[in-house]
Amino acid sequence: MIAPKMTARNVSVFYGPNKAIDDVSIDVSREHVTAFIGPSGCGKSTFLRTLNRMNDTIPSARFEGRIALDGEDIYAPTMDVVQLRARVGMVFQKPNPFPKSIYENVAYGPRIHGLAADRAEMDTIVERSLKRAGLWDEVKERLEESGTALSGGQQQRLCIARAIAVDPEVILMDEPCSALDPIATAKIEELIHELRGRYAIVIVTHNMQQAARVSQKTAFFHLGTLIEYGETTDIFTNPRETRTKDYITGRYG
Amino acid sequence: MSDTFTTVDPTPTDWRDPAMQKRIQRRYAAERRFRLIGLGAVLLSAGFLAFLLVSMAMNGLNGFRQTELRLDVDLRQSNIALTAAQLAGPNAEQALAEVDFEGIVRRTADTQYGARGARLFSPAGRLVLRNAVKADPSLLTRPATLWLPAESGIDQAAKGHGNADANARYRPLDEAGRARIGFNSTLLTGADATDPTAVGIWGAFKGSLLTMIITLLIAFPVGVLSAVYLEEYAPRNRWTDMIEVSINNLAAVPSIIFGLLGLAVFLQVMHLPRSAPIVGGLTLALMTMPVIVIAGRNAIKSVPPSIRDAALGIGASRIQVVFHHVIPLALPGILTGTIIGMARALGETAPLLVIGMRAFIASPPGGLGEPATALPVQIFLWSDEVSRGFVEKTSAAIIVLLVFLLAMNGLAIYLRNRFEKNW
Repeated sequence: MIAPKMTARNVSVFYGPNKAIDDVSIDVSREHVTAFIGPSGCGKSTFLRTLNRMNDTIPSARFEGRIALDGEDIYAPTMDVVQLRARVGMVFQKPNPFPKSIYENVAYGPRIHGLAADRAEMDTIVERSLKRAGLWDEVKERLEESGTALSGGQQQRLCIARAIAVDPEVILMDEPCSALDPIATAKIEELIHELRGRYAIVIVTHNMQQAARVSQKTAFFHLGTLIEYGETTDIFTNPRETRTKDYITGRYG
Repeated sequence: MSDTFTTVDPTPTDWRDPAMQKRIQRRYAAERRFRLIGLGAVLLSAGFLAFLLVSMAMNGLNGFRQTELRLDVDLRQSNIALTAAQLAGPNAEQALAEVDFEGIVRRTADTQYGARGARLFSPAGRLVLRNAVKADPSLLTRPATLWLPAESGIDQAAKGHGNADANARYRPLDEAGRARIGFNSTLLTGADATDPTAVGIWGAFKGSLLTMIITLLIAFPVGVLSAVYLEEYAPRNRWTDMIEVSINNLAAVPSIIFGLLGLAVFLQVMHLPRSAPIVGGLTLALMTMPVIVIAGRNAIKSVPPSIRDAALGIGASRIQVVFHHVIPLALPGILTGTIIGMARALGETAPLLVIGMRAFIASPPGGLGEPATALPVQIFLWSDEVSRGFVEKTSAAIIVLLVFLLAMNGLAIYLRNRFEKNW
């Protein structure tokens, strides 16, 4: 058993007086894709955003507990949030490319972190990232065109390329396919398969079939608590909890 | 619940019922009425605008024209010390200043137009002669025919607005071919004067330009940075609410109050020079800043949060998010607010009166600390004059002010469109 990439212990998140996440502990490993499922408003996205401290941008949010990346407490005062977010990349629900060229979208991250010494090196990073995101062949002739002119699925893959470009260790995906059609969704899922092993991937989805298809580990959240966490096959075929069973068989949610 | 449904009359709606038809017609009539009222409102305002522009043009265009009288000048007979070599040298201005051009015009006019001939000419005549010599030093050594501006009465008579006396004096000149109407170059190069044929708006224009530069340099950065701080950094609490209310109120404060503030702070406390563009610019900047802050905040607010998330999500710091993404996307909106604020500042008169920019300034300001006036103040001062010659000069100055305003707005709209293409 390899040490987990990220460990969360007794994590609670409050929005003002409301408790959105209640005492969640979970391990995320490098070699697996981990899926968070659960009905709307169960806190799965909120929990995901604690993993790279994106919740810090919400003034009313308050965090309790401990989350570690390779054993290092990411909420410690010594932790640099800017560097953390480069190490733990994020892909959002709605594709959100910058209103800049395709090249600039991918090059922005490496540029602000100083990862490329010159233009040639930057070209290499951009090409490699776009190839890994499976977008290179579609855009290599038009890198100077605006990223917002691409189709929704291409935009989402561009966002994945943008996250990959800074060479993260973990990629968080917050319902990355909910705004896409089935064909674009299939491409993203294929991409997740290919990226698995190179990056620790955590994906939030409300599509149970998708969780079953892409993940090896699944966590089921309900009303801010973690109900069940285990091998995806076990969760879907042999859940321990009745609430999990009810949800995946479509009783509620 | 289901009980109440069964009690409802099950008759289907009759869409062809006459009452229904009438109702539909009433709705259409209301819509037509509303469209007509809207069209009427637009036409009314367009009519007022057209009236303003046409009356300005009709009065003002005459201000750009000037009646000129023919004068045969031979400077060799005037015994002046000036030489062509001096004009080419570094002290040309000083050498020109020592020449009595006024006397030359007076004596030449008296010989050519009879005993009181000099009275036919405008005081600006000497300047025209001086500039002609400066532009062409060969005039010093040869006889030449010049056209010098006529005095105001003759000028008005030539343009058809003269009184009986002026008409009588003008007619023989016209018949002898010694008068013509030419372009009034003094208007574009001169400053204020007591004689309407000698005035120019360059002085006021330059004053306005210098004032606007100071206003922009102060109000734009301060306004934009305040907007960014309040939107992106400041916590939401009672203090920021109070600041927001104060800024909104500040934008609605009458401009004369800002003038008094400028008087108290910049002149009384800081002892900056009176009547100077630097003080005018600072005062107008105080007035313009709240407008830029409000427009800037709205523009920043309208940048989609997903862009901030995207940049934060790959490890951009707050300041990188702001300067790489938020400000470029908000810039069109910020520029729109800046245009509105600057246009208001350009047309502002009251605060400038209070800080002393209403003085009679007979030469264009040489720098930010020198006495100056501004276009709207100049318009105000000229509109107070009784002479008929000043009426057309006032309108001409208004035309220049409007053109300045249009040019400024045009530049801002061009910049805005350029930045919008990136989206």
